[in-house]
Amino acid sequence: MSILSKEAELLTGPPRKRGPRGGHTLQSPGVLGYAVLSVVMVAAIYPLYWAFMIASGDAQTITRRPFLTLPGPNFVENVGRVIDSPTLPVSFWASALNSLVVSTVVAASVVFFSTLAGYAFSKLRFKGSGGLLYFVIATLAVPTQLAVVPLYIVMVNLQLAGNLLAVILPAVVSAFGVFWMTQYLRQALPYELIEAARVDGASMFRTFWSIALPAARPAAAMLALFIFIQTWTNYFWPYIVLDNDSATLPVALSTLANNYFDDYSLIFSGIIVSIIPLFVLFLVTGRQLVKGIMEGAVKG
Amino acid sequence: MTTNTDAERQVRLIAFRHTINRWDVKFSPYLYISPFFILFAITGLFPLLYTAFVSLHDWSIIGGQGDFVGPENFQFILGHSDFWVALRNTFSIFVLSSVPQVILAIIIAAVLDTNLRAKTFWRMGVLLPYVVTPVAIALIFSSMFADQTGIVNRLLTQIGLDAVPWHAQPLPAHFVISTMVNFRWTGYNALIFLAAMQAIPRDYYEAAMIDGAGRLRRFFSITIPQLRPTIIFVVVTSTIGGLQIFDEPRLYDVYGRGGADQQWLTLTMYIYELGWTQQDFGRAAAVAWLLFLVIIIFGALNLILTRTIASGGSRASKGALKVKVTK
Repeated sequence: MSILSKEAELLTGPPRKRGPRGGHTLQSPGVLGYAVLSVVMVAAIYPLYWAFMIASGDAQTITRRPFLTLPGPNFVENVGRVIDSPTLPVSFWASALNSLVVSTVVAASVVFFSTLAGYAFSKLRFKGSGGLLYFVIATLAVPTQLAVVPLYIVMVNLQLAGNLLAVILPAVVSAFGVFWMTQYLRQALPYELIEAARVDGASMFRTFWSIALPAARPAAAMLALFIFIQTWTNYFWPYIVLDNDSATLPVALSTLANNYFDDYSLIFSGIIVSIIPLFVLFLVTGRQLVKGIMEGAVKG
Repeated sequence: MTTNTDAERQVRLIAFRHTINRWDVKFSPYLYISPFFILFAITGLFPLLYTAFVSLHDWSIIGGQGDFVGPENFQFILGHSDFWVALRNTFSIFVLSSVPQVILAIIIAAVLDTNLRAKTFWRMGVLLPYVVTPVAIALIFSSMFADQTGIVNRLLTQIGLDAVPWHAQPLPAHFVISTMVNFRWTGYNALIFLAAMQAIPRDYYEAAMIDGAGRLRRFFSITIPQLRPTIIFVVVTSTIGGLQIFDEPRLYDVYGRGGADQQWLTLTMYIYELGWTQQDFGRAAAVAWLLFLVIIIFGALNLILTRTIASGGSRASKGALKVKVTK
């Protein structure tokens, strides 16, 4: 379950056109509506706040503290123990950097290759394009997680186990990305622009680079955001193939939890530290995320 | 003479450029889509076939390929209770996470699809858990639902109820693991449903309102049937992802082996257990292939099921609408 999603719409029928909303006033949410949303918000925030309470307390807080109190005084100290612990086999700084490298490289390459393929599928005429696009969508049904055994064998043989490339390489293209960019460019890029560039003597790639790429920017930014989050939160494959030196943040967090399973304030500080980067990203780009999910759902 | 060869050269140059251009037009599209297909062949198609190959051999993590053993690995797996327990757990967790999640997401979407103040605030609010890593969610929830000291059991005993064995018993464990999944994805799916709701033509509602259909009636007779493709889509994608669940059950306790009696061992955890703990890739590959089959069968089944249920409702409501309009 992931953003690799909206494509199923293709399997289930063409998307409906947006209905006319103009002039018609929406229903009032009523007190009940706000009550429902408030409960949902509390459910979304409370576990995170509770984690912060534990992280800012001491080792006994988890068994003593009531359900709702102010945070304790030890958060900074606990975070310091997480980041600088000499006995911890993984470094949180290094793993945050690893996560940043992996997520950025994967997001950038997925966006580039998806835009390239999406441009070809939506705007260029070539034999078999329809069938090939369906094939791309069909590959989404192949659960890639199941490839772990042969992928691991291959990575060990290439001596890439414990190397960030082992996580990056299998992720540099995405069927969802190809589908997403195809859908977007189909309606966002007029043929006239492409033809004008071609008449002016631009090569195919030049046309892509200076016409299609700029036009794709809004959808590309959203795609980059989703792939970044998805890569950042991945655990299964990185956990298998990476070691303590090359660990990404979720892998480092699970190592921390396994090594200090009775020191709750330390573990929960690690949890908070691991949440903060994407939380900041969410504060900055949350609007775009909401827009991306909703547009993908309708256009898909 | 010189001008003549110059002209010839010019002609040849133009012809050459022409050929290049023709090739450019002809082959560029294939070049542009090739990265996807090459990589899919390496990381998708090849592993699938190679997994089948490995599953028919003795294969240790260190020694590598051993003897060809035919269906022996499959026989071992299918004859071992762990596989069936893992299959049961995986299904149970999947049902507990997908059904309530879809229902909750539709309810939340219906509320978001009203004339709210601070729309963006609420939409972002329900999406917040999506950016939390499953590993962090699993660690938080496994502590909240700890059998002895967990906050949930303390709350239950304080209001006079019995503490629930969240870890010791299978069903409570499945419930908590499903809750982790629901925590992260309900808001995300609510936004998908919200977008689909906004695409429903508003005159359907107006016509129903004129006919005196109440709020609930409109919701069940118009909104739900119109959401059909979206429901199918959410259910099918959650099938593919949900049946592969690993992160949440893996971190539900510190041992990561699915509990003392495999109460929450899932199929993907079983693959890991066989492959990396017991170091038997042949058996791990066999489970991987069985899981692949399970996903294909179950995904197709879900597609058919949701299609039938949703289209039944849709036909009825369309009929109802038509009757009312002609009156």
